[in-house]
Amino acid sequence: MPVTLAKRRVIPGFGLTMGFTLLYMGLVFLIPVGAFLLYTTTMSWETFWNAISQRQVVASYKLSFGGSLIAATINLVFGGLVAWVLVRYKFPGKRMVDALVDLPFALPTAVAGIALVTLYASTGWVGQYLDIFGIRIAYTQLGVVIALTYIGLPFVVRTVQPVLEDLEAELEEASASLGADRLTTIRRVIFPALFPALLTGYALAFARALGEYGSVVFISGNLPFRTEITPLLIVAKAEQYDYHGAAAIGTVMLVAAFLMLLIINGLQWWASRRHG
Amino acid sequence: MTTPSTVIDTNDTIAKRWRRATEEPAWIRITLITIALTFLTLFLVLPLTVVLYGAFERGIGVWYAAVSDPDALSAIRLTLLIVAIVVPLNTLFGVAAAWSIAKFEFRGKSILISLIDMPFAISPVVVGLIFVILFGSQGWLGPWLSAHDMRIIFAVPGIIIVIAFGTLPFIARELIPLMQQQGKEEEEASLTLGANGWKTFWYVTLPNIKWGLIYGIILCNARAMGEFGAVAVVSGRIRGETNTMPLHIEVLYNEYMFTAAFAVSSLLTGLALVTIAIKSAVEWNEERRQRIAAA
Repeated sequence: MPVTLAKRRVIPGFGLTMGFTLLYMGLVFLIPVGAFLLYTTTMSWETFWNAISQRQVVASYKLSFGGSLIAATINLVFGGLVAWVLVRYKFPGKRMVDALVDLPFALPTAVAGIALVTLYASTGWVGQYLDIFGIRIAYTQLGVVIALTYIGLPFVVRTVQPVLEDLEAELEEASASLGADRLTTIRRVIFPALFPALLTGYALAFARALGEYGSVVFISGNLPFRTEITPLLIVAKAEQYDYHGAAAIGTVMLVAAFLMLLIINGLQWWASRRHG
Repeated sequence: MTTPSTVIDTNDTIAKRWRRATEEPAWIRITLITIALTFLTLFLVLPLTVVLYGAFERGIGVWYAAVSDPDALSAIRLTLLIVAIVVPLNTLFGVAAAWSIAKFEFRGKSILISLIDMPFAISPVVVGLIFVILFGSQGWLGPWLSAHDMRIIFAVPGIIIVIAFGTLPFIARELIPLMQQQGKEEEEASLTLGANGWKTFWYVTLPNIKWGLIYGIILCNARAMGEFGAVAVVSGRIRGETNTMPLHIEVLYNEYMFTAAFAVSSLLTGLALVTIAIKSAVEWNEERRQRIAAA
């Protein structure tokens, strides 16, 4: 019996590595998250509901969810375009441009925040020209959308790029030789192949934008009812020791994050089934 | 009779016509490239430039004064101390998780992979809040901690744990797909030939995952140094004590010391640029290896 076991599992270390993995995850985040959710249940339903339905909080949901949706949509269009251009076309400096796409992933959000507000303030390099047309970005909801677009930028590009690279040229050639013009080929052959990846990237960008704090708070100006995002209200309530309020809103955000994670996993499963 | 040159000519026109069927005309290509580059300039190149310009606008002397200011130095020291603790722990976790997931079959594997991704989906602000509610003075364990004269929130341990939480997935996410793709034949061969588990890991697995591991560590390091939202909630922003570099940048910015804010930012920006440079070097390496393998 021990011989067959040894034959089945030549590689050692399962107990050790799995044990450490679960212990570390448990201590660092599973137990804390569980305890947090338990803490929320000690609140009465009324306290919870009042905290999450205050007018100021509801206004922040509208901005956070709405802004994230708009930003993810901008990234869907332009991120898809960037992926297309990086995979299909040749131009000087392409490798550098490709590398730069990861910048929002590596640059600290606070640095991005002060850079964006400096750039898009009405005296900034970009803001001063927009100011001529009466377009204000810093300290408006538009500024929030700009910051959320920045933070979600890598996701659509990086999910679409590998799918586009693996797309067989034969498919397009077949479509063309069967008489389809280029637009028809893109619409009927390329787009359907990219669709799951586009949707996954969209969901990832949306999820990332929803929880974002650092790159937004500088450019938004945090005006109550107008440019306050939900994460900002959580910080404000925590700083005022209103733990019930903060925890209630935090739970809403946590549930939204779990839902997005489920959706993203579902999308990836679908994409891999379609793709493989 | 056709001369060789006309044969080439016809082939050329055919080739051109065929290319046009699966490629867009030049003017569309140029327009699309221009739109894409304009978008990336507005959102990536200009923010990057504005940080570096703001940092060095008033000369290297002013830059140096800002980064060598005592508060800045203490923020840098604290940030380095934190990554010296968090990055090795998350590296150990990433390697252990990837080993158990890639080399073994077990039930609930996909759930475990999703769980590892979870910290990435949670808002950094909520991460901070979770620990404030657990360990804060008004939190669950707060009274017990203060009775035993221990401080986690508004102190360094709190900052360390929220950063460990926030950067937990990065190394594991790099290694899991890499090790899954490489399979386990090489390790099995090594073990059958008599090497023990550690030797096999050290001489067989590690060289195979080296570059992915290096990128994972570098990314984890950059993210740990730059973590802001979670740290903002648990740090209390005590100058010279619990201000990390990003928090120090925020303080400087809010005090209208823009040049100093950009000077400290330029250090983290340099780190970010190194990170993405290493990522493309790793990818380049991999592409070359695949090309050689295919040839």
